[in-house]
Amino acid sequence: MLAIEGLDCFYGDVQVLRGLTLSVAPGETLCLTGRNGAGKTTLMKAIMGLVRARAGRIVLDGTEISALPPDRVPKAGVGYVPQGRRLFSELTVRENLEIGLMARGRGKPALEAAIALFPVLAERMGQRSGTLSGGEQQMLAMARALCLEPKLLLLDEPTEGLMPSMIAAIRQSVAALKATGVSVILVEQRVEAVLDAVDRVAFLENGQLRETVSAEAIRADRSLIDRYVGIGH
Amino acid sequence: MSFGPHLLLAFLEGMVQASVLTLTALGLSLVFGVMRVVNVAHGEFFMLGAVSAWWIASLAAGHPAVGFVAALIGAPLIVGAVALAAERLVLRRLDYNPEATIVATIGLLFILQQAALTFFGADARPVQAPFSYRIVFPWFGWSGYKLFVIAAAGAMLIAVWLVLTRTRIGLVMRATQFDRETAQAFGIRVDRVYAGVFAAGAMLAAVAAVLIVPISQAHYLMGLDPLLLSFIVVIIGGLGSLKGTVIAALVIGLSDGMISVFFSPTLAKILGTLLVALVLVVRPGGLVGGQSR
Repeated sequence: MLAIEGLDCFYGDVQVLRGLTLSVAPGETLCLTGRNGAGKTTLMKAIMGLVRARAGRIVLDGTEISALPPDRVPKAGVGYVPQGRRLFSELTVRENLEIGLMARGRGKPALEAAIALFPVLAERMGQRSGTLSGGEQQMLAMARALCLEPKLLLLDEPTEGLMPSMIAAIRQSVAALKATGVSVILVEQRVEAVLDAVDRVAFLENGQLRETVSAEAIRADRSLIDRYVGIGH
Repeated sequence: MSFGPHLLLAFLEGMVQASVLTLTALGLSLVFGVMRVVNVAHGEFFMLGAVSAWWIASLAAGHPAVGFVAALIGAPLIVGAVALAAERLVLRRLDYNPEATIVATIGLLFILQQAALTFFGADARPVQAPFSYRIVFPWFGWSGYKLFVIAAAGAMLIAVWLVLTRTRIGLVMRATQFDRETAQAFGIRVDRVYAGVFAAGAMLAAVAAVLIVPISQAHYLMGLDPLLLSFIVVIIGGLGSLKGTVIAALVIGLSDGMISVFFSPTLAKILGTLLVALVLVVRPGGLVGGQSR
């Protein structure tokens, strides 16, 4: 499905990702975690083509997406929910979803499928997205990405700043996505909040992949989280 | 003439000024809002529109309306093509860097100005109005063409508003304006949006110039005044805010026109510049500041 091989990424002269290698299987939900500055968001941006790889490659279903311009990556089937949601806050809910449909969505069926996952949005279609609550904004950001009908969905810290009930709703949505066969990479510092919805957890440190373990292994030994994310994560 | 009719005349003249200024400033604001490029050459696109209008009208035979209509279609297309070439050859190569594009568009200003001087000469060139209908008020007569300028500019504004708010391309432009990176992450070809917006901004200035050229004549130095007034409007209205631009253009255009009739054009410019200084001190984001990432 997704294969990342020896990826090097830089911001100017500062190297952020160092020979990173990672794979995601079809329908798998992978949690990507690590301390601040480990390179999690940079990896998301690199997959989207928003940060260019200086070495290595990213292959999605046989297509080398790291060689594509950024606007072609979503067309290849990658949906992105950025950190902080980054909605077009001056646009309405409907307009945000229309943007999601533009790249490769099937129009109405794709929209209906996204709304079915987040029914509250149906009541807010004409509302300016910047006026939604934090949880609703996160739902809209996910629905917007799902309008693309992605094969792979990237979620960058989707629970950030949300209250517990909303975190539970997001976790349920991720679990529901799994049932549809979409592969998901979920960046999350609070691994325990999403552990029930993921298959594996990948620990990033200084731009390198340190370890990948199954969710079951973490449930059996929670100290693994402390080792890579820190106490009080 | 007594004060009342004098005020009416000043208002009507101010409305002509405001209409043309709204279109010109809207082009500048659109380019800044979407691309974050301060286009110092915007006034030269206005000048090029006027000079092209004279050239096209001078080629057309028959009734003046034929030449005018040909100019109204042809001049914006010529200017749009020049803007598109400038975007591809200059701005894109600079990756739309805000500082570098200011310097580059200053260079473009001189290139366009000198090209117009070389190919069209230094003389002011008249373009005949498409019709010579005169509106007769009890106190004075007024050009029917000037009323047409107001109506045509109003129609253009409505068209631009409809494109921005009701069409797919308008949605793409607004999304790009708000967040370029996220727009790319949803498959939007930002480079194409930028090219289209830069050309459209220049074409708006060209349409404004074609409308005004039967009143003020085409000249290779005529771009500086619209540039100054457009910057005043865009700063007062809020950088990148189209609503603010329209409101500020109406206020500045009307006051400029009216003060020019009652006092002098120089005083109008002085007051406009003071207003900009006041807005920059009190409300630096403009009266209706836009929002973007």
